[in-house]
Amino acid sequence: MSDATADPRFKRTAPKRPMKLSWSDERVRAIFWQVLVVGILVAIVWWLVTNTQRNLEIRRIATGWGFLQREAGLPIAEHMIDYSPTDNYLRALMVGVLNTLKVAIVGIILATILGTLIGIARLSKNWLVSKIAGIYVEVIRDLPLLLQLLFWYTILQGLPGPRQAINPIDGVFLSNRGLLLPWIQWEGAHTAALLAALVGFVLTWMYSDLMRAKQMEDGQPRRIWPIGILLIIGGPIAVWALLGAPFTPDVPALRGFNFRGGLVMSPEYFALLVGLVTYTSGFIAEIVRAGIQSVHSGQWEAAQALGLKPGVVLKQIVLPQALRVIVPPMTSQYLNITKNSSLAVAIGYQDIVSIANTTLNQTGQAIEGIAIIMAVYLSISLSISLFMNWYNSKIALVER
Amino acid sequence: MASDTTLTPVSIPVPPEPRRAPISVVGPIAWVRANLFSGWLSTAITLALGYLIIRWAIGFIDWAFINAIWSVPNNQTQACRDARGVGACWAVVTEKHRFILFGTYPYEEHWRPALACVIFVGLYIVSAMRRFWRKELALIWIAALTAIGVLMWGGILGMPFVAQERWGGLPITLILSTFGLAFAFPLAILVALGRRSKMPAIKAICVLYVELIRGVPLISLLFMASVMFPLFLPEGMNIDKLLRAQIAIILFAGAYLAEVVRAGLQALPKGQYEAADALGLSYWHKTGFIILPQALRMVIPPLVNTFIGFFKDTSLVLIIGIFDLLTAGKTAIVEPAWQGFGVEVYITIGLIYFCFCFAMSKYSQSLEAELNQHRRR
Amino acid sequence: MTFFGHTLKAGLRALAALTALAAAPAMAQAPTQATGTLDAIRARGTLICGVNTGLAGFAQPNSQGVWTGFDVEYCRALAVAIFNDASKVRYVPTTAQVRFTALQSGEVDVLFRNTTWTLSRDTSLGLDFPAINFYDGQGFMVKRSANVASARDLDGATICVQPGTTTEQNLADWARGARIRFTPVVIERLEDNIAAYLAGRCDAYTTDISGLAATRAAQSQPNDHVILPEVISKEPLGPLVRHGDQRFADLVRWVHFGLITAEEFEVTAANVVQLSTTDTRPDVQRLLGRTSELGQMLGVDNRWMVNIIRTTGNYGEIFTRHLTPIGLQRGPNALWSTPGGLQYAPPFR
Repeated sequence: MSDATADPRFKRTAPKRPMKLSWSDERVRAIFWQVLVVGILVAIVWWLVTNTQRNLEIRRIATGWGFLQREAGLPIAEHMIDYSPTDNYLRALMVGVLNTLKVAIVGIILATILGTLIGIARLSKNWLVSKIAGIYVEVIRDLPLLLQLLFWYTILQGLPGPRQAINPIDGVFLSNRGLLLPWIQWEGAHTAALLAALVGFVLTWMYSDLMRAKQMEDGQPRRIWPIGILLIIGGPIAVWALLGAPFTPDVPALRGFNFRGGLVMSPEYFALLVGLVTYTSGFIAEIVRAGIQSVHSGQWEAAQALGLKPGVVLKQIVLPQALRVIVPPMTSQYLNITKNSSLAVAIGYQDIVSIANTTLNQTGQAIEGIAIIMAVYLSISLSISLFMNWYNSKIALVER
Repeated sequence: MASDTTLTPVSIPVPPEPRRAPISVVGPIAWVRANLFSGWLSTAITLALGYLIIRWAIGFIDWAFINAIWSVPNNQTQACRDARGVGACWAVVTEKHRFILFGTYPYEEHWRPALACVIFVGLYIVSAMRRFWRKELALIWIAALTAIGVLMWGGILGMPFVAQERWGGLPITLILSTFGLAFAFPLAILVALGRRSKMPAIKAICVLYVELIRGVPLISLLFMASVMFPLFLPEGMNIDKLLRAQIAIILFAGAYLAEVVRAGLQALPKGQYEAADALGLSYWHKTGFIILPQALRMVIPPLVNTFIGFFKDTSLVLIIGIFDLLTAGKTAIVEPAWQGFGVEVYITIGLIYFCFCFAMSKYSQSLEAELNQHRRR
Repeated sequence: MTFFGHTLKAGLRALAALTALAAAPAMAQAPTQATGTLDAIRARGTLICGVNTGLAGFAQPNSQGVWTGFDVEYCRALAVAIFNDASKVRYVPTTAQVRFTALQSGEVDVLFRNTTWTLSRDTSLGLDFPAINFYDGQGFMVKRSANVASARDLDGATICVQPGTTTEQNLADWARGARIRFTPVVIERLEDNIAAYLAGRCDAYTTDISGLAATRAAQSQPNDHVILPEVISKEPLGPLVRHGDQRFADLVRWVHFGLITAEEFEVTAANVVQLSTTDTRPDVQRLLGRTSELGQMLGVDNRWMVNIIRTTGNYGEIFTRHLTPIGLQRGPNALWSTPGGLQYAPPFR
């Protein structure tokens, strides 16, 4: 209603200057530069594409994605889905992607834990502990990861053979064939239970959000963990029991050359994991240290003066503030782990780079091979970025 | 307690000799007690760690020095093989050190790559000194890099020509990282400016470039350089594989450096931009005289850290078969007589990398502290 | 504080100059189909030879960084044929992955890199195999302590293999045919593969028998290792040139045949100079360029074989110098006149 009475002078927008075709007009210059840059880029790309097409023709190199359906013929040692050399390249590449994810996800979790511990150790009051943590960080960060991977792999190969395997407890074997652990024979019921646990986790999360909203209304803290335990542990057990509660232990045993059965962690996977985790934890430790130090000591003192318990201080006061400093650089470390897992090719762990590399070598289709590698990493990187940005915005300071 | 004086019945006109604090508060024993044995948990950790460190150190000294074999006559490695497990075989390094350092460069010309390495180190030291942070520094870089090129290639001044397939070892590592930085830096500045540009097309191109490169591993770029670049060029033209790897590293480094530079541009107070605009400066004057000088100074420590990263990452060219330091080290142990002495060679190469990276990281830390000084007050 | 503006400009200008400097020697003008490889090599003044990154006996740099080995001798022989100077060779180490690209793009003139001749490689890469200079086959090596007498006993074993080679596919094919289950360990670099086998990571190591023998001979106790009797594939190894340049392919082919023929007529590095003037056998006279003009037909000096044999020796001498020390028998690589030998050269006339 104020519109009618408002002074018309305030409603006026900046006058629209007519576009003059003159060099002194900023907009004309902007368009000129953009057209120029885009034009040059398009010309370069066009030149490269025509060259490539001509070269492919001259060298009679096949193109297209038809090779994906052809028999791969390459043996793969570790596969999370069924695979044999008679399967096609597409399946082989899928095995590679899963292997990359396997090492990246486990690596991210372990590196976060180890890095946090070392970051805290660097702030320890015990001189020896903080000094050792400091030396660890310095040495690990100043050596190339590839060198470290080769070193770890050489060390792991130095373990005794399967017949002389180190056998600390029954069913656990450590040898140059890897680490073997007892496991169960996996059946449909187990997959169902795993899914149930996942669903339970999501439900618990939603429940805790709901309860927190209620707490905001009436100030009453509510207990979350009884429902959480029921959902995360009780649910899967019920599902498993309903499906007949299958349980057959699968204990590794030496038969012929190798161990059969059990859960195998190969030396290649182990070396890659150890190398990635130790290397990245050096960087994460510094991030965590900086994060903790960024929280002013006055915050601790003020919270204690209010009579809060140390656990509550850490959880409600210090951690939320430290996380704001920690999360953004942590995202790039997670991306680094994923990208660095491509060094697997040097120590014989068959990740996507290794398998795509063999594929392009056998088929001679370099462009398609490189495109696959890049597409896989771009989508993984994008997913991690999206997730971490979402998390970051959740914990970010809400400025009023 | 400091309140002692107030309890003294008579006031003493002459102040007492300052007493030294008791040994139990400031001496080494006190330090040990406060920093190593402050509680039962701390004591337990100290003792356990101390025991492990001493045991490990004795084992290492035994292996690396006391039982080690330092040289063997003409490739007779039997002595080394007998000492396996108890003593290191440094003989492999004694025999192969020139190969590890300089690869397949002609043996009698090794002084040239050696001199090139010295020039590189000198260049780093000069660049590190703040009194050289002037425009002449760019000229020093150009002169040094040209001198290195002349030394390595030769062909003039009576030095025979050496093709770049024969270069190897440490010079390759230094060339890939330093030339990578020198060429990626201007690229990075342009991209960082482009990413903050108001022109949508240029901004989109820069964002696409940075995010694309940062989303994929360096290995995939190196593979691209080794198997795809040759397809891009017209028939009859081809680029040497060292140069191709160098291009891949420049593209890679450019994207990461661009983000470092952008951080500096963003950290600059808005007033600087507005003041420059108010003075009526053109975009390039504003950028060249006002913005970049301040922004670049601010990002020198992260720049050094990024450079350490590249320096280590150049070792990845191993995977496409270029003879850098790591590849040369691995090739040195191909010869049958020397197979199986990988640990010794890795330790040696690790030491070389460590020396370079440690020096740079210490420098970057001290610089950061120095540059932040004015802010801390 | 205004120096950065100048620096930026000066720096960009200097970088442009540096780029030109860097690119000039690096951009070797590769031969096009029209000019021919041989002319391009002559114009350049050096032969560019693609070799292995390091395989004992075939191609590896020694402590002085000088390339030596069986394949390297072929590069030298070719350089002698063209320039009468064995030092005019540039060796480009190539990995299994980039070797074909390097040759296709003209980065190297010829590949002497123990590459197996297969139909698909011959037809789909735009490359040609002019000759077979080494007959090989894929085999297995195991530790003697494993008590394995035959490859059929390898069921359940872990086997080390190099990826992206015919070896890897042969292994999969063979295991399927023989109904053997195995765990592969695939490591890109040869020396890492060998290290993995020696450390006991694998029960068996599979590659060409020449490679196995080289590895076995290098051990301090070669008798601790056994090469199993089964040969699971044919591996004819030979040089590669670009498809479509028959003149250069002919030269590469006949350098190989010349080395074989020299052995056949017992022409050696020691006696070649003398024989080139005194020998009365017509075959030898043609080979050594005393009569007929075979060299000129190939586009090289007529005394090319004299120069080659003087530098490298004949096929047998090269074999004895580089491959006998690593424990290889002549086997199928003996001359055709010996039982079991396959090395045969068409007549020099």
